[in-house]
Amino acid sequence: MTDPTTTVSTRDAPQGPALDAHLLVDRGAFRLDAALRIAPGEVVALLGPNGAGKTTALRALAGLLPLSGGHVTVRGRRLDDPAERVFVPADRRNVGVVFQDYLLFPHLSALDNVAFGPRSHGASRARSRAVAADWLARVGLADHTHAKPRQLSGGQAQRVALARALAVGPELLLLDEPLSALDAGTRMDTRAHLHHHLAGHPGGTLIVTHDPLDALILADRLVILEAGRVVQEGDAATITAQPRTDYVARLVGLNLFRGTASGATVTLPGGFTLTTSESCDGPVFVAFPPTALALHPHRPEGSPRNVWSATVAGLQRHGDHLRIQLAGPLDTTADITPAAAAALRLEPGSQVWAALKATETRVYPDSAD
Amino acid sequence: MTGSAPESATAGGLWRPRSSRLRPSRLRPSHPRPPRPRPSRRARAGVPIGLLLPALIGLAFLVLPLAGLLIRTPWSTLLTRLGAPGILDALRLSLLSATLATALCLVFGVPLAWLLARVDFPGRTLIRALVTVPLVLPPVVGGVALLLAFGRRGLLGPWLESTFGITLPFTTAGVVVAESFVAMPFLVIAVEGALRGSDVRFEEAAATLGAGRWTVFRRVTLPLIAPGVVSGAVLCWARALGEFGATITFAGNFPGRTQTMPLAVYLALEQDLPSAIVLSLILLVVSVVILASLRDRWIAAP
Repeated sequence: MTDPTTTVSTRDAPQGPALDAHLLVDRGAFRLDAALRIAPGEVVALLGPNGAGKTTALRALAGLLPLSGGHVTVRGRRLDDPAERVFVPADRRNVGVVFQDYLLFPHLSALDNVAFGPRSHGASRARSRAVAADWLARVGLADHTHAKPRQLSGGQAQRVALARALAVGPELLLLDEPLSALDAGTRMDTRAHLHHHLAGHPGGTLIVTHDPLDALILADRLVILEAGRVVQEGDAATITAQPRTDYVARLVGLNLFRGTASGATVTLPGGFTLTTSESCDGPVFVAFPPTALALHPHRPEGSPRNVWSATVAGLQRHGDHLRIQLAGPLDTTADITPAAAAALRLEPGSQVWAALKATETRVYPDSAD
Repeated sequence: MTGSAPESATAGGLWRPRSSRLRPSRLRPSHPRPPRPRPSRRARAGVPIGLLLPALIGLAFLVLPLAGLLIRTPWSTLLTRLGAPGILDALRLSLLSATLATALCLVFGVPLAWLLARVDFPGRTLIRALVTVPLVLPPVVGGVALLLAFGRRGLLGPWLESTFGITLPFTTAGVVVAESFVAMPFLVIAVEGALRGSDVRFEEAAATLGAGRWTVFRRVTLPLIAPGVVSGAVLCWARALGEFGATITFAGNFPGRTQTMPLAVYLALEQDLPSAIVLSLILLVVSVVILASLRDRWIAAP
């Protein structure tokens, strides 16, 4: 083991990726089957809806839940491998965790919370406290060393939790919904603060979140988990431009359909065809933003190639415009101005004509399968 | 509002930012709290007679004997009777043996409670039932059972005597053993309850920081359940202080050596009623003072 009391930046790092894992966990009806790789210094967000298995993945990586199969390897050190009968428990892994509600020890001061890790790793009381004081200063809480967790605000508690996890110099840092316990105002500041510290962390970082904004801002790379499986991964630009599942499309605010392309025509499973501006062949995704749809009371004349009759299924306010849920041959969402909605007399059940310009669509191959 | 300190403090001082915002937190009295709407006078006047009457009878039943004790106390001769030989000895022995028994119960009972609450092993339900047996067993039967185990011709008695030179029956050590046997379930049940109620995720957080199970227990679990341990110890101590049946069966009734206060009361009752009353009064005062002094600090009202 390396000396845990030194700050991470000064020590010799062992070789290998910060994380190389294939997580297999069977829990009755639910099965997690996900491969994850994180390079040293890289920040990866594990993004997915509730119940996707994000927390299960985090617990397996931290050593709080043994794998059913696969492996967890951190910096070349095998931590969990059921086939080889290897299981290193949480207290002997060099993996730091910032829990969703922080779990600061309520009976210890902020300083002793942060000193807990170094002390558990065998440093003297004085040395642990010195390391802890240094970390609290780094996260901007030098004035709060003697505060008990209940005296700290949400944002301050989050910083203490981060300092506590980093004070042992983890090779892998795990954050479980790091900002979800905070209110909107605190969230912005804390997100920026977190970004700063994660960028300076030499080990790998995995952020588990269901908030796409946190993922996009904090992470270098996104891994999307749905129903226990990785459905898409890549950098923010790729994922926002070319979503591959309904969940991702909704996250980034796009209408998404899967179909078969033949030239500039895409046939959707129901037989409905869309005309696109790009030519492609074979299985494809077609995506277009809600703003690309125009709604008309009568069948429009003129240029749009894609026109269909739809039923308004719902309306909701979305920023300064209205988001209209449309049913019909295609289930889509359309963003229009309140004035346009009033002119169209839209209400649930109204019949409208939807028009989509070919140039507003994006087509990309469905190569995942 | 942001999550300022008073809002974030929940009962027990555990910092749970989410829940504290979702439900009204039970704040400690030192924190500012919004005035809670009191039930209106009409609502309070509407206690049904079918509940009120039995409640009052029950209260009287509990309080009247204590009143009888106070009324019949020979206040004029109290001081001279207190000085009577044997009384201070019995009191000292009672306090000492109850305290030692509580210490013994803490040393062995807290780990036992931890085992029952935190380790999943086969037969756990059976073990838990066995632990509570002394609770329902008539104490005299407990005393007989102790004799059969630790008596001169019991299961372990001869071995204890030949190996360590320890004889338990009819000694002060025997008083401590008898009291521990009867009182330990109170401690184990209280501590196990506290352990089950405490959030194991704090222990997981400690483990991710590199703390082994012993360190986690010492530095996280034990401080978090401290109120439960203390209230369990108080219950345990009170039970040990009042122990009669198992003590007289296993340790006998030798003044200065095994005669505790309850035994002295029983003996005095046959010879000198006023002395029995004085002894009872002392026992009552000691129990009430200690319980009251600990209650505010440690035993949270439900």
